Amino acid sequence: MLELYDEQIAFILPYFNFPVNWTIASTWIVMAVLLLVSWLATRHLKTGNKVSHWQTAMEVMVKIIYGQISEMTKGVNTMTYLPFIGTLFLFILTCNLLTIIPTFKTPTASLSTTAALASMVLLGVPFFGIKTAGMKKYLKKYLEPSPAMLPFNILSELTSTGAMAVRLFGNVLSGVIIGSICLMLVPFILPLPMQVLGLFTGMIQAYIFAMLALMYVSSVHGDDDGVPAQDKKPVATDNETL
Amino acid sequence: MDLAAILGSISIFTAGFCLCVGASAAGLAEGYAVASGLTSLAQQPDEAGSISRTMFISLAIVETSGIYCFVVAMILLFANPFWQYAVSVAAK
Repeated sequence: MLELYDEQIAFILPYFNFPVNWTIASTWIVMAVLLLVSWLATRHLKTGNKVSHWQTAMEVMVKIIYGQISEMTKGVNTMTYLPFIGTLFLFILTCNLLTIIPTFKTPTASLSTTAALASMVLLGVPFFGIKTAGMKKYLKKYLEPSPAMLPFNILSELTSTGAMAVRLFGNVLSGVIIGSICLMLVPFILPLPMQVLGLFTGMIQAYIFAMLALMYVSSVHGDDDGVPAQDKKPVATDNETL
Repeated sequence: MDLAAILGSISIFTAGFCLCVGASAAGLAEGYAVASGLTSLAQQPDEAGSISRTMFISLAIVETSGIYCFVVAMILLFANPFWQYAVSVAAK
């Protein structure tokens, strides 16, 4: 009954003779959906009063994500984090919302997908830390409050991102299992509210994953005491253009 | 009772117990978190955005222990690592 999407083969890739399991196949489906929507939305980008509906919807989405990130980072370096955090959010959101389509096997119910997303965050911590705060300040973070805390700081990096992976996986998997148990016991009406609750949980989980990723990624930066003045200037212009 | 029966019954009992403790503790803790979040939300409605964002993130962090219990229970029930051994002993 446990849905092990890693072991269910969707199809055999021709020419390579490579068995593609359902996790990879549904990840490709989600990627195709995201690509198609963003291609449709950014086909005829223009400024002015008459813009297409697609462009307006996309602008609203980007604006909301931008606002959330800039509230969290207090307006510093928002455009640096926006592509990474926004992609994580949209990908997990699409995965979780597509669960209501019957027979769609959501990739986030497999530990491989969530572990891959969490390891991206794990790699993002040094990347964005060095990019925004510089190598010296990034390495100094591990020696705070005292050099004796170095192993604990490294351990906390690893465990907090690992917990992110298990949290997303466990939440989505529990929704899937509750749905299938309800289908076995009372297949008529009762699964519906559970599915709706699953949609709500999915949205919250996507939001929480993105926000926690942002917290870890921007943790080096912390307060903006060490930020040079020229780094602060583009923020104001970003706010005006968006 | 042979080994497989003992292992199966212990696994089922432990999975239920694990979920029981994990769900009740995480539920209590999340209830406290939501209660204090709502209290501060009623006191300072202007800070609604930042309070609710922080509350959701802390809820997720608190919930992690409950999710760990769920994952361990699922592993015990459906992917028990000792089950193969018990089956091979029973087959002898």
